[in-house]
Amino acid sequence: MTLLWIALLPLLGVLVPALTAQRGRGFCSLATAVLPATALVMTLLNVPALLDGEQLRFSAAWMPELALNLAFRLDGLSLLFNLLILGIGLLIILYAHYYLAKDEPYGRFYAFLMLFMASMVGISMSDNLILLWLFWELTSLSSFLLIGFWSYRSDARKGARMALTVTGAGGLALLAGLLLLGDMAGSFNMGDVLASGDVILADPRYPIMLGLVLLGAFTKSAQFPFHFWLPHAMAAPTPVSAYLHSATMVKAGIFLMARLHPAIAGSELWSVVVSLVGIVTMLYGAWFALMKTDLKGILAFSTVSHLGLITVLLGIGSPMAILAALFHILNHATFKAALFMSAGIIDHETGTRELKQLGGLKKAMPVTALLTTLAAAAMAGVPLFNGFLSKEMFFTEALATPVLGGLSWLLPALAALGGILSVAYSVRLVHAVFFKPAREAPPKSPHEPPHLMRLPVEILVVLCVVVGLFPAFMATGLLELASQAVIGSPLDFHLAIWHGVNLPLIMSLLAFAVGIALYWRHADLRRFTQQFAGVDARRVFERILVAMGYRAEQLIAGLEGNSLQRYMGWLWLGALVMGGVGLVQITDLTGAAGNQELDGILLLGAGMLMFGGIATAATHRYRLISLLMLSVVGLFVALTFARFSAPDLALTQLSVEVVTMILLMLALFFLPQKTPRESSPLRNIRDMLLAGSLGLVIASLNYAVMTRDTLSISSFFMENSKPGGGGYNVVNVILVDFRGFDTLGEITVLAIAGLAIFKLLNRLRLFIPHSDGEGRVWSPDRYPAILTSISMTLLPLALLVSAFIFLRGHNEPGGGFIAGLITAVALILLYMARGVAWAQERLNFPFQPVAVIGVAIATLTGLGSWLLGYPFLTSAFGYFTLPLIGTFELATALLFDLGVYLAVVGATLMILANLGKVTTAHRPVTEASEKDAEASAATPSAKEPR
Amino acid sequence: MELLYAMTTGVLTACGLYLTLRGRTFPVVVGLTLLSYAVNLFLFSMGGLTTDGAAIVSEGTGYADPLPQALVLTAIVIGFAMTAFVVILAMRARSEVGNDHVDGKKEDRE
Repeated sequence: MTLLWIALLPLLGVLVPALTAQRGRGFCSLATAVLPATALVMTLLNVPALLDGEQLRFSAAWMPELALNLAFRLDGLSLLFNLLILGIGLLIILYAHYYLAKDEPYGRFYAFLMLFMASMVGISMSDNLILLWLFWELTSLSSFLLIGFWSYRSDARKGARMALTVTGAGGLALLAGLLLLGDMAGSFNMGDVLASGDVILADPRYPIMLGLVLLGAFTKSAQFPFHFWLPHAMAAPTPVSAYLHSATMVKAGIFLMARLHPAIAGSELWSVVVSLVGIVTMLYGAWFALMKTDLKGILAFSTVSHLGLITVLLGIGSPMAILAALFHILNHATFKAALFMSAGIIDHETGTRELKQLGGLKKAMPVTALLTTLAAAAMAGVPLFNGFLSKEMFFTEALATPVLGGLSWLLPALAALGGILSVAYSVRLVHAVFFKPAREAPPKSPHEPPHLMRLPVEILVVLCVVVGLFPAFMATGLLELASQAVIGSPLDFHLAIWHGVNLPLIMSLLAFAVGIALYWRHADLRRFTQQFAGVDARRVFERILVAMGYRAEQLIAGLEGNSLQRYMGWLWLGALVMGGVGLVQITDLTGAAGNQELDGILLLGAGMLMFGGIATAATHRYRLISLLMLSVVGLFVALTFARFSAPDLALTQLSVEVVTMILLMLALFFLPQKTPRESSPLRNIRDMLLAGSLGLVIASLNYAVMTRDTLSISSFFMENSKPGGGGYNVVNVILVDFRGFDTLGEITVLAIAGLAIFKLLNRLRLFIPHSDGEGRVWSPDRYPAILTSISMTLLPLALLVSAFIFLRGHNEPGGGFIAGLITAVALILLYMARGVAWAQERLNFPFQPVAVIGVAIATLTGLGSWLLGYPFLTSAFGYFTLPLIGTFELATALLFDLGVYLAVVGATLMILANLGKVTTAHRPVTEASEKDAEASAATPSAKEPR
Repeated sequence: MELLYAMTTGVLTACGLYLTLRGRTFPVVVGLTLLSYAVNLFLFSMGGLTTDGAAIVSEGTGYADPLPQALVLTAIVIGFAMTAFVVILAMRARSEVGNDHVDGKKEDRE
């Protein structure tokens, strides 16, 4: 359980600054530090168990269907990273307490920092590939927030965006790679994956998987050619740079390569790709570190270089190389975090990070000068510092490796070159800032920072020295655990300062001599490089982004160009291709079941349907005729349902047909009566061909399905309808009981559509035509007497029928949907026959609440079963006997159906009655638009433009 | 019988699709309605075509498949809600833009 807490505590810590920011900065900083400190202590408490060789694992099912488990592990590698992440994180909190200006939102800063810390701890401890990826993405997001913390600065925004784009794209590649990896290993559990290295190496998909995973690792760890985001991320506040860009986030890629080492390393491909990329990165970064004039820029490129070094070691992959890599991860984190924090102190106290404005700071800041010099010495690899030890190990491994075969001398040569450059830029950093006289005065007169701000640097520098002096005592235990986690078996090694005079030592000495000489001739070097036009990575990156956006826009414009017709054309073409491909794959269009017999009535019905459809399309320019033809189709569809044993459908279709026609007629009143001829004949033929071929595909598919015997799950519903749902009408029981949740969703959609239409009609200004399409003035007799009297007579009758249909719905064709539609139609008829004003007086209530109450009743019925301890929407029913009436059934499904009924009535009336009211004084207006309406009432409605 | 039914579905689909490719809102709405008839017929037929076998328990044997029927029943009602929404959107677009073209662009008024 403690494992879960170690992972969760930093995540909970995100809330702490948010809650305590009001209490002042000191309190907030302290409170923020509590949870990570606890997590650190808990990590340390697990060390004895780890030393005993215990397997520390935690696992809880999260989404087992997706192979995603909340699984954590604590092994040596996680321990090493947890110490770095939590330990340096605590120092960073202390440092940031002094670094941020008074008026800056420190609460937000701490919250982002904790989010980042939590995601890093998550990566380090994940025991599941997908969980690891999840935390990986969380680091990308939280680092975006941290880099862009000073969001008012353009370079911060651009740097943050660049980091997110590069690492986010890498993250997607990584997801693909990890999914492949899990598939190859047959499990997403880290332990299983690490154990199946042989299977993975033998898999033909190995190169693809490796490429994708490495893409993720290289983008995260700023390896060439993806390194360019890191220098631009220096726009972040310095605590962020010290934390993310030296100790933690950029190490995530390295961590991933180390973590997955047993599973994916061990091939020729791995060694060559990883060590080559590493060596190029190392040299490239070192060279630019020597050329930069910005303090943080130098550190950023030197970080790139050191990350390259670690990558080379992982590429070499021998046990001792792994050990050296792990050791250098530790060493680099300590000296580079110290250097970043010193740079931040210098920036903070002088107001600049430009080398030419700095110089001679030794006098003003003696302690900082000493600390920085010591940390830089560690970076350069001076003996008696920790950097020396890991660098010697690097040289040894570079000399010993067989990678690159006959060219294997290349690696030590390049490694020595890297050493030279590293010495040169370290010397330059220290000398130019503290010893060389300044050429220009800095903006602020420098002095030492508050002591506590320097404390984190002091702690880290002391670590550099102590580890350098007593490596065996300080680092052996930790490295034993960590290397065992990566290699799989205990490694016998001995860390010592003195190995005698050997080739690596000579390489080191050479590096010092040439490096110092290189710095001495630095001016010539700079003059030499200035001949070449520099490439600004940010410009290139942004130009690529803009060009991609432009191309995408052009492509879209070329394909559809904001035209709905072309858009639909592509959609149907896509459907045609997909459907066609499906059809080609079946061998025989007519299935085994064959055709049933035809009769004359069927022929007539099909003929009428086809005629109606074709006529609707053919007469579409004469809209009223087209609409009448459409109603023919609707009626015959209802008859088709009736013919093929679906009485419920027939009733529904019939009543919906009535409502739809009234709606479309009303709408047509406000729209042009005719469509102008605008499609060219060519376009018409093209559209007909497209529609016709898709129609053929649909017909073939339909025929192919109907003539085959299908396996249906319906027997379940038929058998359980009576015993389980208490109704004989299976369709209705499915609607209100078996699939009640679907129905609830559907009436909700219906109610929302009604509300949306109500809002759309609000303040709608319409052209009200004074005559029909042929120019005939509307009849003055607006409410014909016959219709009026019939509608009055029909109303109670229709309501009675709808009540009857509603009540019998559970056992006979009928139910809430149909009854609701019948009621709505009866009321609409009243509106049509007597006019809105007359109906409004008698039906003076808003319809929106009716629909909402309907949905509410249905939902509450469902919730009621919760109260009784059953799942949502479980129905209950029973039989009761009353004198005179006899035995009858009461079911909760009836209550649910009542909700359906009300929702249908409310939504339908909301749509139709409100549309009808648009032309009258009763039109829907909100309070805000009331004035507007009054204003427009003064001016008569606009006339039809044509 | 199945062949005839499938042909009907196909013809209705084709006519509906043709109308959705028109350039004015009203024919597109009519086309969508036509298309929804075709889709409903198609879905309905997935349970096979049964004569005299309404899915009401204890009316003999050879019932029609009730599941597609339940699905189509709600589809009909939702289809109506969507038609209503689209047609009123079209009215609104006409009142805002001044024409009933589907692309919703304002006409250049001379």
